[in-house]
Amino acid sequence: MASIRELHHQLIQKERTAVELAEAALARMDALEPQIKSFLTVTADQALAQARRVDAQIAAGEPIGLLAGIPIGIKDNMCTQGIRTTCGSRILETFVPPYESTVTQRLQQAGAVMVGKTNMDEFAMGSSTETSAYQVTANPWDVERVPGGSSGGSAAAVAAGECVVSLGSDTGGSIRQPASLCGVVGMKPTYGLVSRYGLVAFASSLDQIGPFGRSVEDVALVLQAIAGHDPHDATSLDVEIPDYAAALKPDFKPRGKLRIGIIKETFGEGLDATVEAAVTQAVEQMQAMGAEVQVVSCPQFRYGLPTYYIIAPSEASANLARYDGVKFGYRHDDPENLLDMYVKTRSEGFGAEVKRRIMIGTYVLSAGYYDAYYLKAQKVRTLIKQDFERAFQQVDVLVSPTSPTTAFRAGEKTDDPLGMYLLDLMTIPVNLAGLPAISLPCGFDAQGLPIGLQLIGNVLREDLLLSVAHAYEQATEWHKRKPPLAV
Amino acid sequence: MSIDREQVQKVAHLARLQLTPDEETQFTTQLNDILDYFEQLSELDTSQVEPTTRAIDTVNVTRVDQLQSTAVREQILDCAPDRDGEFFRVPQILND
Repeated sequence: MASIRELHHQLIQKERTAVELAEAALARMDALEPQIKSFLTVTADQALAQARRVDAQIAAGEPIGLLAGIPIGIKDNMCTQGIRTTCGSRILETFVPPYESTVTQRLQQAGAVMVGKTNMDEFAMGSSTETSAYQVTANPWDVERVPGGSSGGSAAAVAAGECVVSLGSDTGGSIRQPASLCGVVGMKPTYGLVSRYGLVAFASSLDQIGPFGRSVEDVALVLQAIAGHDPHDATSLDVEIPDYAAALKPDFKPRGKLRIGIIKETFGEGLDATVEAAVTQAVEQMQAMGAEVQVVSCPQFRYGLPTYYIIAPSEASANLARYDGVKFGYRHDDPENLLDMYVKTRSEGFGAEVKRRIMIGTYVLSAGYYDAYYLKAQKVRTLIKQDFERAFQQVDVLVSPTSPTTAFRAGEKTDDPLGMYLLDLMTIPVNLAGLPAISLPCGFDAQGLPIGLQLIGNVLREDLLLSVAHAYEQATEWHKRKPPLAV
Repeated sequence: MSIDREQVQKVAHLARLQLTPDEETQFTTQLNDILDYFEQLSELDTSQVEPTTRAIDTVNVTRVDQLQSTAVREQILDCAPDRDGEFFRVPQILND
């Protein structure tokens, strides 16, 4: 599929209609879904109705926005009024939200055409989309391999061309890691830039919604539509939103003005040699393009992972207490009493990874352990944040690999939770510090699997991040390669 | 610190979860591995460090405490697994 701008041009030139774009996306989903399984719910009727509204606007000579008529996929943890929202969990199998999340409402108002709700790890807990209670999504580059996670459905759908762009959520890397494994662009904005109203809560101090696209510009255009203050989310930042697309420039001019820092601690043990070579080459290319490159040390970076796996499950164990079978979702049908109803509802409704994280969170928050785990983790979080603050006194943008490996085979890591957690090593510290970061393609390994480059920016510097990512992207051919699909 | 099977059962009870014997065995091993992994945080001296509860500083947000009506009352009630008119039905919680 073409870019947002190209499709917009076709629409306003009346070369194609929005209904045709929606039909093309739905036809591609029909053809590819048996293999890829990106979507949990296809919203064909709603998509065609929305497309007809856009076509009517065009026919009436009304101006339309850039996103009008553009097919988009939404991760199934964002509430869509009247359309079931499962969060990849049995416990929400029948949940039809009575309200609309702010992000989907804004996209709707912009005329975007939602074609479906995408598969995800249950409650966004996972790095491979294999913990979904419904289906295992395939990586379009090799259907035997995982798309990454937790927003694996959103990443795979964009990579396979089932939709132009999509939304994911990122608590510890859940947008950037699948973007890396699926060879697309994915961005996690600054904590608070995008409203979380209507996003099913996992770890509230870390969760953030962001876009996927096949180019940096497409990602910038979606971010533009969803960013901004929302009174419904108390952590939403009340800041002026820059024109992200206008910030995109083809180069780093003037030479030497852009300072890029390589995070020393993200290179070394556990990093795949091919990934290391591709990221190193990308940095050299940015240097050749006029960036000043230096090596930066973030000594506490490696403590991000244990810190995260204390903080995120703690918040999750509290957030998921609401699933008790009383007001919505699944309920065990023959309880002996109220307590029995809670226990059986939760035990039958949640999958193994969600139970594991609830157990970790409940344990580390329980009497006698709070100081040793939770309080300690919050203090280390401060140290990690300070590392970044020091780094950003020296440089404008930080660089690392997004994932230590390329896509792995389905089933390879499902029996090793700790091994799976280690995949988020490079992305997690960014969430702990609330910073924006983007992953974009920077090469392919010997099997033809995509490799991702992570760029991390200072608080609210999405404009700079997008402009650096765009300049690099335009100087390379990586984003033009397409997965080998039958259709 | 390590966790034994009995503690796993206790934590499961606190979390309102009922584990199968197989899950208990598996979780005891896995939670111990994960807790062992957390041990590396003790390498860091944090005695002089303030905790971070949120990454980006925010101020408390207040609003007028005013009654607002919602148009989706029916849809909210419809979400209930067991609805009785305008009530959510649950198993009996009081003795006769």
